[in-house]
Amino acid sequence: LSIRPVLSDPEKQRGRSAAVAIAALVIAAGIPLWWKTTETYRAWLPAARISELEALQLELRVEVEVVFARGTLSPEQQKKVPASRITYESCCKSKSLCLVEADHALHTLTETSCGSVVIYIIPEASALLPQDMRVYVGRSRTALLRSQVASVVGAGLPEVLAALDPQMEQVLQTMSFNHQDVTAALTDRLRPGLSTRDSLADSMRAFKSSPGYEITFSLLNPDPKHHQLHWDVEAALDAYIYPLLHKMAPVANFSVDSQILYYAVLGVNPRYDASASAYTLSADSLAHVINPVEARLGSNAASSNPVLNFLLYVPDSLHSPLIIRNDQKQEVASNAFHSPRWGGIMVYNVDGAYGNDTQFPVDIAIDMSRVMGVFLSQLRLMLGFQQTGAPPGFVLEAAGREGVAEWELDRLLWSRSVENVATASASITSLAQLLDQIANIVINDNIAQQVASAVTALQAAVAELEAGNLALALEHSREAISASERAFFDPSLLHLLYFPDDQKFAIYIPLFLPMCVPILLSLLKIFREVQQHRAEKRAKRD
Amino acid sequence: MTYVSLLSPVVCVCVSHFVLIGRTSAFLLLHQARAERFFRSDHTNNWAVLVCTSRFWFNYRHVANTLSVYRSVKRLGIPDSHIVLMLADDMACNHRNPKPATVFSHKNMELNVYGDDVEVDYRGYEVTVENFLRVLTGRLPPSTPRSKRLLSDDHSNILIYLTGHGGNGFLKFQDSEEISNVELADAFEQMWQKRRYNELLFIIDTCQGASMYERFYSPNLMALASSQVGEDSLSHQPDLAIGVHLMDRYTFYLLEFLEDIHPASQANMNDLFKVCPKSQCVSTPGHRTDLFQRDPGSVLITDFFGSVRKVEITMETINLTVPGIPLERFGGEPHTETALAYVDQLPVAQIIHQKPKQKDWHPPDGFILGLWTLILLVFFRTYGIKHLKHIF
Repeated sequence: LSIRPVLSDPEKQRGRSAAVAIAALVIAAGIPLWWKTTETYRAWLPAARISELEALQLELRVEVEVVFARGTLSPEQQKKVPASRITYESCCKSKSLCLVEADHALHTLTETSCGSVVIYIIPEASALLPQDMRVYVGRSRTALLRSQVASVVGAGLPEVLAALDPQMEQVLQTMSFNHQDVTAALTDRLRPGLSTRDSLADSMRAFKSSPGYEITFSLLNPDPKHHQLHWDVEAALDAYIYPLLHKMAPVANFSVDSQILYYAVLGVNPRYDASASAYTLSADSLAHVINPVEARLGSNAASSNPVLNFLLYVPDSLHSPLIIRNDQKQEVASNAFHSPRWGGIMVYNVDGAYGNDTQFPVDIAIDMSRVMGVFLSQLRLMLGFQQTGAPPGFVLEAAGREGVAEWELDRLLWSRSVENVATASASITSLAQLLDQIANIVINDNIAQQVASAVTALQAAVAELEAGNLALALEHSREAISASERAFFDPSLLHLLYFPDDQKFAIYIPLFLPMCVPILLSLLKIFREVQQHRAEKRAKRD
Repeated sequence: MTYVSLLSPVVCVCVSHFVLIGRTSAFLLLHQARAERFFRSDHTNNWAVLVCTSRFWFNYRHVANTLSVYRSVKRLGIPDSHIVLMLADDMACNHRNPKPATVFSHKNMELNVYGDDVEVDYRGYEVTVENFLRVLTGRLPPSTPRSKRLLSDDHSNILIYLTGHGGNGFLKFQDSEEISNVELADAFEQMWQKRRYNELLFIIDTCQGASMYERFYSPNLMALASSQVGEDSLSHQPDLAIGVHLMDRYTFYLLEFLEDIHPASQANMNDLFKVCPKSQCVSTPGHRTDLFQRDPGSVLITDFFGSVRKVEITMETINLTVPGIPLERFGGEPHTETALAYVDQLPVAQIIHQKPKQKDWHPPDGFILGLWTLILLVFFRTYGIKHLKHIF
C-alpha cells in the first residue's frame, strides 16, 4: 500500500514553475557556459590567403642587358637603338690573359645588380675569342657572345633580337637557371619521377636550404709519435674559405670550427700494392670509412643546423703513402672523396717529407693551399654549386681564388629562392590543413602571427621574383621560410589526445545524465499535464 | 704586344625580360655513370628511433629487445648521433639485477646487449607518448639538445622500433598512458608533409602488433609486426638466475638474423619477412608493404639497419697555389698566439675558505607541534584546568 502525497494546486503550480525555471537555466545559461569553457582557443588564421598559396604560380624574371659592339649592327640598325658611347681599349700581353682582363674591364663598365645578366655581342670576326669558342662567361655577370647578326640585312631591331634569341637563351640557361634547376628546387611539391637523374643526384648531394650551416675542419693524426703536424688552419680559412662564406651571407649563416683528433684511424685496412709501392683504398671500401670516424667527431650541440665535415687524414708512417683508386683502378689526382650531405675526406701523404733515419717525431707543416683547394671544391658541391658542364662552344671561367663566380652565386640564389618559396608554401598549406582537420589543437596567438607574417613574406617574395629583384626575393623567401618553420614546429601544436567518440560519451554521460534525467522527466510531466488541462478545457467548452 | 681595340662606340640596348618557366632545356649534362650509383636507393643518411615503453623489472625483456636492435644498428654503422634510444626503465642498474651493468639476451648469457657504449637519449619517465610524438614530428622545445632530436631530412631512411605491451589499436606507455594507431598514423603523415623521411621501416613487437600499422596512409612506409590482431606475442625463455624472461621471441629471432648481416651484405627485405615463422614464434608475424614504392626484394637490410654512405671521388680541385699573388687576409691583422689554458675546474681555494652558510631558523615541524598539543590536551583533560597556573 503506497501513499502518494496529495499536492494542493498552488504547490503544484510552484513545483511546475520551479521545474521550468531550472530547465530554462540549464538550457539558457548552462549549455553555453559548458560550450565556452570546453572549447579550444584557436586564433584566426588567414585561410583565404593560404588557400591561394596552394595554386602558386611562379614567374621568374631575369634582367638582361644586351650590348652590341661595333661592327655587329648595320648603321641603319644602329640608328634605331638608344646609343651611348663608351670607349674601351686594352693592351694585353698574351692571348690567354686578354680575355680575363677584358672581362674584368667590362665588368667595371656597367653596374650589374644581383640576378641580372649582361651579354656583350661581338662581331663574328673578332679575335678576342678563340676560333672554336662561341660564348665566354666571365667571373662576374657578363658573357661575351660571338654572333653574325649584322648579316641580317635590312631587319629592324626586333628581328635582330629575335635572331639572337636562341643563343641568348642558351647563355641564360647556363648563367641563371634552366628547367632542370627549377624542377630540382621544387622537388618538395612535385610528384617523383619528374626530375632527371642528374638533377636528382645534384639535389641529393647539396644540403637543403637551411638558415645556418656548421662547418667543421678536422685534422686526423693517427700517429702522433712519428708525425707532429702543424696546420695553420686559421690563416687558411681566412684566406680561402671566408671569402666564399662572406659572399654566401645572404643565403645562410655559417659557423666554422676546427679540431685535431689524435689516434683516430680509418675503419678500413688499406691494401698494399707492390706495383705502385703504396697502400691503396679502392672506391668500394670508401663507403665504410666514414662511419667509424663519425663517431669520434663532435658537433656543436647548441644548434640543429646541418653539419659539414671536412677531414684531413695524414696516414701513419706504417701505411704511408696511401692513395685512393677509383673504379677503373686509376689513381685519383686529388686523393680525396666526398659523401653527399655529409662532407669530404682528403688523404694527405707526408712520407716524402722525411727519410728513414730522421729523429722522430718529425715536424711537418701541411701545405694548406693544396688542402684548401680540395676542400673548397668539395664545399662548393655541398653548398649547391653544381658541376655544370658547359654546353658545346661555351667556356666558363673558373672561379679560382674567389671561390665562386658571381653568376654562379646568382644561379644558387635563384634555385634557393624557388626552393624556399616552395617549402614555405608547402609548410603553410599543410599546417592549415592539419589545423583544420584536428579540432582539438590549440592555436596560440604567436602561431597565428607567424603564419600571417609567413604568408605576407611569401607573397612579397613571389612579387619580387616576378619583378626580377633577386636579392630582395631571397631575403623575403628566407623570412617566409623561417616564419613558416617556426609556426609548423611550434612545440604547442601537439595533438596529444585523440578522443574517440565513445570515450567522449563515457566522460560526459556520468556527469550530465544524472542531472538531465529529472529535468527532462519533469518537463515531460508538465507537458502532459498541460495537454490534459487543455483537453479538459476543450471538453468543458463543448 | 697585341693592340686590341675592343669596343669603341658601344650601343646599348636594354632587353627587359626573359621568362623561363615552362621552356624545356636544350641540353642535359653527362654525369651518367656517377648518377647511376646513387639511384639504387634514394637515401643519403640513416636514422633509428628505438623505443621501449614498459617499466618494472618483470618487463626486462622489452628493454633487452630494444637494446639488441640498438646493438645491431650500431654494429652495422649508424652512429649514436643518428639514433634516438628511449628506454622506459633501467634494467642494467636495477636493484634486482643479479648481474649489474648487463642486459642479456639469451639464457646462456652469451650476449650482453648493454655493451660498453650505450647512449640512452630518453630514459625513465622521459619516455612518454608526448615525447615520442614530439621526437617524430620535430615539435620539441628550443632548449632540446641535438642528441634528443630527430634531425632527419628528405633523404633519410628511418627505422622505428617499438616494443612493450599493446592491444588492438594501442600501445601502452609506462603503465599509465597509451598511444593509438590513429595518432601514430597522423604523426607519420605530419612527418611526410614536412618530408622528414625518405623511407620509413616500422617494426613493432607487442601483442596484436599488426593493429598498429592498420591505419597508416602516408607513402613510403613499410611495417612489420610480431603478431596479428587477436594473437599474443610471446616471450622466449626465462633465465633462472636473473628470474625473468629475457627476450621476446620475434626479436630474439630477429637478432639472430641480424647477427649474420654485415655492412656490405646484400640480404633484402624478403628475408626479413621470413624471420620467425609461426613454428618458432607461435604468433604469426605480419607485414605491410602496399604503401612502399620500391619492391621489397630490392630493398637491402642495410638500407634501414645500417648506414652505407654514398661516396663520390672528388675529381675537380681548385688551384689555389698561384705564385706571386699575395694572400689577402680577410679577418684583419694577424693575432699573436696566446697560450691557452683550461679554466680551473675545481676552485679548491674558494671552497676551503668558504664560511658555513647561516641556516635560517624554522619553526618546529608540524608533527612535533601536533604531538605536544596532544600531550597537553590529554594532561589537562585528565587533571583539570586548575593546573594551568603551574605552567604559565
